Amino acid sequence: MQYTDQGKKDTRSGYGAAMTELGRSHPNVVALCADLVGSLKIEDFIEENPKRFFQTGIAEANMMGIAAGLTIGGKIPFASTFANFATGRVYDQIRQSIAYSGKNVKICASHAGLTLGEDGATHQILEDIGMMKMLPGMTVINPCDFNQTKAATLAIADYEGPVYLRFGRPKVANFTPVDQKFEIGKAVLLQEGTDVTIIATGHLVWPALIAADNLKNQGISAEVLNIHTIKPLDEKAVLKSVKKTGCVVTAEEHNFLGGLGESIARTLAVQYPTPQEFVATQDTFGESGTAEELMDKYGLNNKAIEDAVVRVKNRK
Amino acid sequence: MYSQKIAITFGKFLNQGITMAELDKLQDIVTQTRRDILRMVHDVNSGHPGGSLGCTEFFIALYHEIMDLKDDFHMDGKDEDIFFLSNGHISPVWYSVLARKGYFPVKEMETFRKLNSRLQGHPTTHEGLPGIRVSSGSLGQGMSVAIGAALAKKLNGDDHLVYSLHGDGELQEGQNWEAIMYAAGNKVDNIISTVDRNGQQIDGPTEDVLPLGNLKPKFEAFGWDVIEIQDGNNLEAVIKGLNEAKSRTGKGKPVAIILDTVMGHGVNFMMGTHAWHGKAPNDEQLEDALSQNAETLGDY
Repeated sequence: MQYTDQGKKDTRSGYGAAMTELGRSHPNVVALCADLVGSLKIEDFIEENPKRFFQTGIAEANMMGIAAGLTIGGKIPFASTFANFATGRVYDQIRQSIAYSGKNVKICASHAGLTLGEDGATHQILEDIGMMKMLPGMTVINPCDFNQTKAATLAIADYEGPVYLRFGRPKVANFTPVDQKFEIGKAVLLQEGTDVTIIATGHLVWPALIAADNLKNQGISAEVLNIHTIKPLDEKAVLKSVKKTGCVVTAEEHNFLGGLGESIARTLAVQYPTPQEFVATQDTFGESGTAEELMDKYGLNNKAIEDAVVRVKNRK
Repeated sequence: MYSQKIAITFGKFLNQGITMAELDKLQDIVTQTRRDILRMVHDVNSGHPGGSLGCTEFFIALYHEIMDLKDDFHMDGKDEDIFFLSNGHISPVWYSVLARKGYFPVKEMETFRKLNSRLQGHPTTHEGLPGIRVSSGSLGQGMSVAIGAALAKKLNGDDHLVYSLHGDGELQEGQNWEAIMYAAGNKVDNIISTVDRNGQQIDGPTEDVLPLGNLKPKFEAFGWDVIEIQDGNNLEAVIKGLNEAKSRTGKGKPVAIILDTVMGHGVNFMMGTHAWHGKAPNDEQLEDALSQNAETLGDY
């Protein structure tokens, strides 16, 4: 494989590292958190910029409203908590006070998906991408590793408009370049291939690369596309790849309803109908367990991707 | 059209004390605003006249006497006072006040709640209507936004104030109490939040639907400085109360005003009932209502 794991790191630490940099470089960046400072890794930002941090306590609705209000005075608020509490719990606040109002709020959500682990289904949101991408004007980003999360966090500070940035809890392979240029809405072609396109986001990108490697041994040439920005979707990159390979597997740590796969399916249905298989949770809640156990049980790993590739190739 | 320039000169003059003549002029605006509200909701047979009529004196006092405003609308609201309407359904009163203050043409009131209008049923920034800084209508969100704007003012070294208005029934939304707790706990003392205590909501009296009880001690228990305005439909009393509230800012506590109003005030058959919360008058009722509020500044 042409990518090397530079050492496992959690994506949320990528967020924290970027916030520290933004604290120094962007005087208008402010941070909010609802009693999860340690989990969001923003201690350094707070220490260096105590007046630019707002601890709202366990009151996410109020946090989203305050964030919207802060933009009116020219601030760039990064409102962060667990993905479940940053979306489902406060959907109407985001909808009215942020999205419909066109406010420049960055909703930064950690512990998304099954990999939150032992806390179980109450906290493992698998519907957040769907909820956020349905909001008009909302940009939805789900980076894949520490470096990409850090780059994405820095990039959204310079983008005007509401953003949902989704990342996670566990330490995972850190393999994208440390100095990468993060372009919102641009897919990253990780590996070229000719037989199938694997389109992956978030924690499923590394397993997609492993799958592509394993498939090569079986004589299958897989192209791997990393979609970090689910909305707006880089349709051009998707179509270019799929027109070459003729079939696609999407992979994400999210329900198959409302996720990346559905966005890809819509694009293909309208512009270039293509066989597609979905590696995603199957309209289910999660449960307690280690991140790895859960990803295996719910079929979100390289093996599941490889199986999906075999299935989709047979449908060509 | 009532021009912005006149309004500002007028405001300065009034700061030195209100004469009867000046109060009369403001009362004329109040009356014309009531006509605007009634005519707007009648025209589209929808909208919320009750709360709008009840809060008219508050809006006129705020925009013509209390707030320090720039001539033009700037979304960032820097170096001026800013206002948020949390109970967005009383948009008719706000639209009339904004239009007659010069934020947009008075004639645009004709488009209220119609297709392709900037005057949506509930206020929004989405259509770019000057004077509006956040969308509201889904209740309970405005105080949080106002607190955010107040915090930004503090960060920016801007000593102007943030005002917000809330329905009393709206306080049944839990987010308000998150905000009330936050503002006191964090000494957000550049905010004045007013509760329109008209005692009515869609399904009936607030104390029947879900009792709010005595709001003053509730706010005080959370750490707010609270002022009560007993006659929220007496312009002089409202101006006096708002000035008192202003004098209490900057002292470490957020300031609340419990504003006792009569829903539907100024139209005898609409007063004191929840029946006109979200119902428009028919032709005859409009005629009756307008006859009780004679034209002063010219209808739109």
